[in-house]
Amino acid sequence: MYVAVKGGERAIESAHAWLAEERRGDTSISELGIPQIREQLKLSVDRVMAEGSLYDPDLAALAIKQSRGDLIEAIFLIRAYRTTLPRFGASSPVDTGAMSCDRRISATFKDLPGGQILGPTFDYTHRLLDFKLAAEGELPQAPTREATPGNVPHVTEFLNREGLIEEAPHDDTPPPDLTREPLEMPADRALRLQALTRADEGFTLGLAYSTQRGYGRNHAFVGELRIGAVAVEMDIPELGFAIEIGEITLTECETVNQFKGSKTEPPQFTRGYGLVFGQSERKAISMALVDRALRWEELGEDNVGAPAQDTEFVLYHADNIQATGFLEHIKLPHYVDFQSELELVRKLRREAGATETQEAAE
Amino acid sequence: MTDQAYNFAYLDEQTKRMIRRAILKGLAIPGYQVPFASREMPMPYGWGTGGVQVSAAVLTPDDTLKVIDQGADDTTNAVSIRTFFERTAGVKTTTRTTDASVIQTRHRIPEEPLTDNQILVYQVPIPEPLRFLEPRESETRKMHSLEEYGLMHVKLYEDISRHGHIATSYAYPVKIEGRYVMDPSPIPKFDNPKLGDMAAIQLFGAGREQRIYALPPYTQVVSLDFEDHPFEASKADHPCGLCDATDSYLDEVIIDDTGGRMFVCSDTDYCAARQAAGFKGKDAA
Amino acid sequence: MRPLLSVQGVAKRYGAHIGCADVSFDLYPGEVMGIVGESGSGKSTLLNCMAGHLAPDAGQVVFDTRAEGPKDTVTMSEPERRMLSRTDWAFVHQHARDGLRMGVSAGGNVGERLMAVGARHYGEIRGKATDWLERVEIDAARIDDRPTTFSGGMQQRLQIARNLVTGPRLVFMDEPTGGLDVSVQARLLDLLRGLVRDMGLSAIIVTHDLAVVRLLADRLMVMKSGRVVEAGLTDQVLDDPQHAYSQLLVSSVLQV
Repeated sequence: MYVAVKGGERAIESAHAWLAEERRGDTSISELGIPQIREQLKLSVDRVMAEGSLYDPDLAALAIKQSRGDLIEAIFLIRAYRTTLPRFGASSPVDTGAMSCDRRISATFKDLPGGQILGPTFDYTHRLLDFKLAAEGELPQAPTREATPGNVPHVTEFLNREGLIEEAPHDDTPPPDLTREPLEMPADRALRLQALTRADEGFTLGLAYSTQRGYGRNHAFVGELRIGAVAVEMDIPELGFAIEIGEITLTECETVNQFKGSKTEPPQFTRGYGLVFGQSERKAISMALVDRALRWEELGEDNVGAPAQDTEFVLYHADNIQATGFLEHIKLPHYVDFQSELELVRKLRREAGATETQEAAE
Repeated sequence: MTDQAYNFAYLDEQTKRMIRRAILKGLAIPGYQVPFASREMPMPYGWGTGGVQVSAAVLTPDDTLKVIDQGADDTTNAVSIRTFFERTAGVKTTTRTTDASVIQTRHRIPEEPLTDNQILVYQVPIPEPLRFLEPRESETRKMHSLEEYGLMHVKLYEDISRHGHIATSYAYPVKIEGRYVMDPSPIPKFDNPKLGDMAAIQLFGAGREQRIYALPPYTQVVSLDFEDHPFEASKADHPCGLCDATDSYLDEVIIDDTGGRMFVCSDTDYCAARQAAGFKGKDAA
Repeated sequence: MRPLLSVQGVAKRYGAHIGCADVSFDLYPGEVMGIVGESGSGKSTLLNCMAGHLAPDAGQVVFDTRAEGPKDTVTMSEPERRMLSRTDWAFVHQHARDGLRMGVSAGGNVGERLMAVGARHYGEIRGKATDWLERVEIDAARIDDRPTTFSGGMQQRLQIARNLVTGPRLVFMDEPTGGLDVSVQARLLDLLRGLVRDMGLSAIIVTHDLAVVRLLADRLMVMKSGRVVEAGLTDQVLDDPQHAYSQLLVSSVLQV
């Protein structure tokens, strides 16, 4: 005799307990601490902060531990936590020109005021597995020198002074807030950049790469890439002036792109922009390329039908939390829909069979 | 066992107000999709975040909540959402349709007719009925605002010309009060006739797609069709194996590996109530 | 008699470039107007301004609507204009794939306009679609096939059927025979001439092909650099062109 399936509740509890056990793994191996993750898996922490759009290295490290290293799951935990946080206000725009740079490179000028600073990069390492790392207890020492005093101006400012690059006029309009208003088209650049900065790194990389391969090509040079700490300031109404409330690490990428001109306007380079929490170079460069591709309309370029030119396509599919949720929901039961499809297919097949028999009889 | 770390029903009051405004607008313009700033919830998009936000916004401490998925109270996702509200809102929960004041559902409308003291909250994956005909949101919104629904019938026409029938068996599009074409969420078309003229308030929440829409009580809902190919609410042609009901939507259950199967009510509460009242199907123990 | 369409001072610029300027004419019911000129002469810009696909910078496009009489379609609301373009207006694109739904069967393509204006009887829609396929010389047995399986000429004829099924009062045609082989063109022209005569259609046809206007148009406008340089009865303009540009245009083609 048939007994309907019951016990969803118990199954869920047991599954969660099993998950907790698996998360801990072999208990004879010492447990990973939050500070270890924060310090030694920093780039994972940075990605979780960037795509989770919450700057808190300790929480990001906790999320990575809780998610067993599944970064999208960790980003999800951070996003869900972020929803519950009250809003105290908005900071003043950060001044990336005043960044204390750990890394600052330009691909367009060999040398420039402020100098090229390679910083902690994988760029020129040989990608050979370093078996020394498998042995513990290594204490690497990097040589140090005094920081050069003085400004590190943006590369695009040099070009701007000569009128060689399009103006990026200062604009005090408060940007729209994607986390407080539904995303609606058409999306202006501020909104697009906001969506891109927390977009999935892989998706953004793939789109950026597609522009390089000819799907909406815009000939990007990395005018400048800089990584470092900037102060976050906030206006306190009671005080009547802005105070520094903290410091965050950012990666900023400005690309110098193919120029355009018309009969009335002389040729000028154009810009793409990327700004991401933490040290997230690949993401920042990708973001700049995609930003530039999405600007085809305001720059009077042709729409060649490339995916990276399609604002709706890019913005509606860039969020990995939306994407993964919807993708994985097809694991949920769909008995009811499937049942109705079953009925329909059976009915259609029955009728098709009847027609055939009839035709054969005729 | 309410979790004190969170506000009543998880969302902060400001967010709930924003959602209530969207709900009121939806009720004022039946079938119109109201954009709302969907929040990230502690469950994945696509798993009922829209429904959960709508439920959170309408729940009061005195409410009794029922959550069903595929008609059943004990499917895993229904259990998970019910537990969520037990934890964050501390409201009473029930599996009995008649005892509930708010019912959150995925893919079904309960068999028991609902009353004017009840709210039915649907989880919606894709709120746009025109989406698979026209992928662009900017274009579909224009089609709705200009009432350009010819394309919807082209789809139905194509179905008939290919299959001899309208080959849409769930998420069957409906027209509301002669104006907006609406996706009723992926309920089987068997449930479509229950949408219209319902005493309860019906609210639809799509979290990922950031849309809320609504049907006030006793709204006219018409399933799209052709005069010579009228809409038909169909189901498996069997009585329920457990309670012998002939008027309920049935799940097909495979019971052995030689093709044996039986049909049982997808609405578990309806089935249990009938069995308790002494009805017995041919497969009942 | 009141003109069906009255165009007054229509102009459209693209930056410093003139798309079309200062175009005025009247089209009377049952009349076919041809607009000829080389590519870049502004004839397509003008057509798109009249059909509501482009917003002109200046001028009026007054259409004699069924309900309210003459009305400027440039200033009417978008819903009204879109309603016009799926009822009383039709637009035949040069490339059939711009005017057809390539993923929808031939029957669905023809039936769409009927359904858009409220037809809800499958059998009747199908009957009308069958009838129209036959009128444009497409085998009715192909009704459930998609246009992707059709030849270029068949696709164009399907596009015409799809447009004419609701009995529009004004048809805009943009190079309807462009891109087709010469023999296919001849058959299409013949078909169009029959339809125009039988249905008493009013039409505006943009083309660079003088043979097309010779066969179809009652009157002719010659455009150059965005302006109308000569207008008159078709035979008159073609046989005795006054403007130097018209003379050049006429002499550069074989007479039909």
